[in-house]
Amino acid sequence: MNGGPALVSILRQGSYLIASIHTALDDSQLVRFQQDLINQIGRYRSRGVVIDVAALDVLDSFGSKTLRNVAEMARLRGAITVIVGIQPDVAFAMVELGMGTGSVHTALDLEEGLAYLNSHLASPAAPGVVGFQD
Amino acid sequence: MNEESATARQLSADFPTLDREDEDQLLPQLVAHLREHRTRLRQEWASRIQGAHLLQAMTPQEMAAETTSVYDNYVEVLETGSVEALQHYARDLSERIIPRGVETHEVVGIVLLLRDVLARSLFGKYQRDFGLLNRVLDAYEPAANRIANTVAVSFVEERERVIRQQQDSIRELSTPVLPVRERLLILPIIGVLDTERARQLTEQLLSGIRTHRAKVVVIDITGAPDVDEAVANHLVQTVDASRLMGASVIITGLSPEIAQTLVTIGVDLSKMNTIGDLQGGLEEAERLLGFTVSRRDGTAGP
Repeated sequence: MNGGPALVSILRQGSYLIASIHTALDDSQLVRFQQDLINQIGRYRSRGVVIDVAALDVLDSFGSKTLRNVAEMARLRGAITVIVGIQPDVAFAMVELGMGTGSVHTALDLEEGLAYLNSHLASPAAPGVVGFQD
Repeated sequence: MNEESATARQLSADFPTLDREDEDQLLPQLVAHLREHRTRLRQEWASRIQGAHLLQAMTPQEMAAETTSVYDNYVEVLETGSVEALQHYARDLSERIIPRGVETHEVVGIVLLLRDVLARSLFGKYQRDFGLLNRVLDAYEPAANRIANTVAVSFVEERERVIRQQQDSIRELSTPVLPVRERLLILPIIGVLDTERARQLTEQLLSGIRTHRAKVVVIDITGAPDVDEAVANHLVQTVDASRLMGASVIITGLSPEIAQTLVTIGVDLSKMNTIGDLQGGLEEAERLLGFTVSRRDGTAGP
């Protein structure tokens, strides 16, 4: 199950992880992505995660449930998660089918997601955060 | 009644000498009669219209002008047998009187009154000769029915065309997505929200969020007269979908009726951020985005 190339690139940027999903994932690929991400949060002591789904034109119920679970697991490991780049059609389909991202925060794109993390993490209580303010 | 028509049939059988040429003479004769008594018949018709309280949206002068043209058109159709000119006239007339609030039953009513007035005058003229009267009516009635039909259909078609045109323009105007400040969109909803429009609105809003990189959207429904359950649910979905794209939605201008409807039908509004009026909504949106608006002389801010 863990063989083959990863279909999600997980990039490390300071204390953030940026996971970019390039293509529609099947269920086992989603599970693998979940494991990779949770492992890396611990390894890099990440404080924030951005999951970019801009390339997806479909997000099914298992997919959105996995994203919610990932966010919850990340929170338990000490990182907050933002889902970014949900396309208009995808958003509409998701609400029509009664799916959502629950309490996970969403943002328009990567830039917005990073801005959200900065505003929620850039406090004295979070030392070592690499800022993205320009 | 039956006896009379039997008599009429008997009489018409008594005149076998009347050949085809005489038949062809009937309509011209009839038309000549109607032309000759034009003023009297037209006045009688006009007074019957007044008596029936029809066309009250029109002034007496307008009515005199219109009844004269309708009369002449009517007689012309009887003469030529072609309804084309009448069709044009009826359409043109409808275009003029529909905005005045003239109803279908009035238009049909006045044409039937004219048909009636003319038929009575024919009765008067030919009453001594049942056979002839019978043939005159045979010639007159199909033509008169055709006229009534043409006028009614033209009127209804014109009305439908007007309605379609208005629907199209409402649809075109319906959902402007307006950027007001950086990252702030306003979506004023004017007019009846049906399911089709609500869907279109969502699509435009979501793509507007992406194009304008909006963070806050104010949907103002002051101009929407009514919201039913399907549309209310659609609004909730729109708010959810906007949130998935990272924008928060503020709904303003809920009228007392709509507020009551929404609560009564039990739409889940807990996730909806609503503020009384558009002004309040804009102020809240500016606050969310970190804008402050202040007067230049410093006397008062919002």
